[in-house]
Amino acid sequence: MSATIPRLELRAIRKHYSGTIANDDIDLVVHPGEIHAVLGENGAGKSTLMKIIYGVVAPDAGELFWDGQPVRIHSPAQARRLGIGMVFQHFSLFESLSVAENIALALPDAPRPAALAGRIRRVSADYGLALEPMQPVHELSVGERQRVELVRCLLQSPRLLILDEPTSVLTPQAVEALFVTLRRLAREGVSLLYISHKLEEIRRLCDQATVLRNGRVRAHCRPAEESAASLARLMIGGELPATRLTPNALPRTPRLVLDRLSRTADGPFGTPLRELELCVHSGEIVGIAGASGNGQKELLEALFGEVALADAAMLQLAGEDIGRLGPAARRARGLGMVPEERLGRAAVPARSLADNTLLTAAGHGLVRAGLIRRPAVLRFARALIEGFQVRCKGAQAPANSLSGGNLQKFIVGRELAQHPQALVIAQPTWGVDVASAALIHEQLLRLRNDGVALLVISEDLDELFGLCDRIAVLAGGRLSPVRETGATDAAELGQWMGGGFGPVTAAAAPGMRDVHA
Amino acid sequence: MFTLEARTLPSVRAMWLAPLAALLLTLLGGSVLFAAFGHAPLQALSVYFLQPLASVYGIGEWLLKATPLAVCGLGLALGFRAKVWNIGADGQFTLGAICAGGLAIACDGFIDAESLWIAPAMALAGIAGGMMWAALPAWLRTRYGSSEILSSLMLAYVAPLLLGWLVNGPWRDPAGFNFPQSIQFADAALLAPLHEGARVTLAFPVALVLAGLLCFVQRYTYAGFRLQVSGEAPLAARHAGYSQRAAVWIAMLTGGACAGFAGYAEVAGPLGQLQPSVSPGYGFTAIIVAFVGRLDPRGVVLAALLLSLLALGGEAAQMTLDLPAAISGVFQGGLLCALLACDTFVHYRLRRVYRKPAAHTS
Repeated sequence: MSATIPRLELRAIRKHYSGTIANDDIDLVVHPGEIHAVLGENGAGKSTLMKIIYGVVAPDAGELFWDGQPVRIHSPAQARRLGIGMVFQHFSLFESLSVAENIALALPDAPRPAALAGRIRRVSADYGLALEPMQPVHELSVGERQRVELVRCLLQSPRLLILDEPTSVLTPQAVEALFVTLRRLAREGVSLLYISHKLEEIRRLCDQATVLRNGRVRAHCRPAEESAASLARLMIGGELPATRLTPNALPRTPRLVLDRLSRTADGPFGTPLRELELCVHSGEIVGIAGASGNGQKELLEALFGEVALADAAMLQLAGEDIGRLGPAARRARGLGMVPEERLGRAAVPARSLADNTLLTAAGHGLVRAGLIRRPAVLRFARALIEGFQVRCKGAQAPANSLSGGNLQKFIVGRELAQHPQALVIAQPTWGVDVASAALIHEQLLRLRNDGVALLVISEDLDELFGLCDRIAVLAGGRLSPVRETGATDAAELGQWMGGGFGPVTAAAAPGMRDVHA
Repeated sequence: MFTLEARTLPSVRAMWLAPLAALLLTLLGGSVLFAAFGHAPLQALSVYFLQPLASVYGIGEWLLKATPLAVCGLGLALGFRAKVWNIGADGQFTLGAICAGGLAIACDGFIDAESLWIAPAMALAGIAGGMMWAALPAWLRTRYGSSEILSSLMLAYVAPLLLGWLVNGPWRDPAGFNFPQSIQFADAALLAPLHEGARVTLAFPVALVLAGLLCFVQRYTYAGFRLQVSGEAPLAARHAGYSQRAAVWIAMLTGGACAGFAGYAEVAGPLGQLQPSVSPGYGFTAIIVAFVGRLDPRGVVLAALLLSLLALGGEAAQMTLDLPAAISGVFQGGLLCALLACDTFVHYRLRRVYRKPAAHTS
């Protein structure tokens, strides 16, 4: 390899953002046909580095070489002309347009969508990326949408492809299919930059890895020669606190029960829920896996009480029908809730942490006779900040000044401090740094061992396997059978995510639907 | 090249300096404007800003004109915080005037100087009238999801027609030489001037008390907090279980009540009777007042005083300097533009961008 000219080489790249250093003295070499991982926590500087390569931001210092020639990349358009393509973590597709129309919009010469269909079919057949060009995007699954993004890049014959957390939304089977395509691209000489924090994937897929931490390169290594633990050490600069699920001998009583929970879809692109059956017992964590867009949003709204259910008995908390109660009434009965979006839903972005405690904890002595008790609010907020190691400038710091991990610790802490009977939590560690994620997991396990019923809805299978007593899959608005975590594996769940679990509710007898497998 | 960069925290210093800088810019711009019309800038500015306040009468007029702007603006600001866009305060103002005036006309036969109850009764009637007019858009919004911007605005055009019909028809003063206006209200039904030689009434101190009350509501009550959250982060409000319908109703009714009270104060104060038009657009100017005051009750009162002074100054400039009426408008517009421009720097900072070597090209 050393004889060939690198496809891309970065030397001493540096980028400041008003006071903070996003990238400092970064060297990176990518050869033709190499799959190169860029590994790091949130905030380690991965995104900034990719934006520099893709011409979105200009570095403050440092040099870029493309095929051995020094270049300055001013814009994404210029990056594409050089042959750099990028598949973003969050898709930028128009739901109401067809696949071909979406792709045509992104191409420089803006071809007619009809004329493009043939080229799309050819590329998608070549790389095993099955797509129907005339299909509207809103009918596509998440995996298919990613294919659209990928095909869009491939049509421009890239020589370097940047993939930003490409598997975060994919089922295990879709991940396998993606890897086959990526390996084939590499064989054809395309260089790939693969951004991820999933260590196992990187070990299986990538030839080389560059590990970033706090904006600096901490290591260059060959992932195949490392273990997941050693990669994690490089990534976070220390040992991960191990979260371990130990069996507890608590008496199990049904705490949170979904009884044939059904509701209509949320808007034209939503998914209706069909007769979900689930019982979460005290002292256990039940996980619901599945890619978002399969009814997750609808289920969360129904659980949170943002949408009242048709029948109060569809949702029961400790034996009481709560399906028609609003969020505040459910909270008052001991249901804790942590939504997926931290800023804007779980917290008011521009308001202080103190004010944000009021959103859900107002009933815990923070309001008396309609008046806000400021001293009590401050005490409550300070206790959370201390008890959950929230790094911030104090109780008066606005919520949007905190990092994702610290804000999540605060939000989870706010629910825990109210001593819930049951806790529903969505994507507990999405976009959260590894250390905070470990702390949050630890807190959730402690809650479980205290006899609380937890329902975790997450796209991250690794997280669910590490955290849950039992796991089910929500796919197409239906819930799969619930399995003991030890009695299932990623392959089975992946198959269920594709909807392959048959008509559960019709087949099983009432009362038998939720027995431990 | 310069670029605007968002501040991580709004600058407190800029928050105080921005209005001052805006005022300075306006004075500079105004000087140029006046000079172009052949007046010594300093003299013109003194006519504009000092002459109106040179007498007790002048100060009274200043406060009198600021009162409806402040009262309407306070109610609107609360609603705007909840992102409920009540554009029809002018109509609610007119309805307040109609209801309060109607009561005075109906009771004219049996009130005398001893009838202390009539003034509060008229105030309540005015408040009720304003709330009623605001309740229509609130109901349409919560029941049918129609935009309160459109429905409240359209109702603002209906209200003067209703008033016009009343003063041209059933409520026309029989002894009024066929002028389209009602009888003069009895003395007990009028708000007395606060000070001899000035026309400002008790309504101005009421506006100050109202501002204090709304400050308290915003800062210390849970209801005020819920209202603000539903405007700042609707999804968070939904997640917390704060009712969006309640927010719309509270916001609209508060705005309507304030505007209705202002309408009452206008007919029971300077007007003393119902006329075909009772508002020269107070309800609309109050929207500007609310935003210039940054939706903060204290700021709203200051903004009302400022806009009132600008209006008086404009009149003085017309009379003393023979300047066209449009100058007043240009000057006001200039001040608002300057305020908005300076406000930008509360949340953004200007940064010089140098062309820097991203990578050395050989």
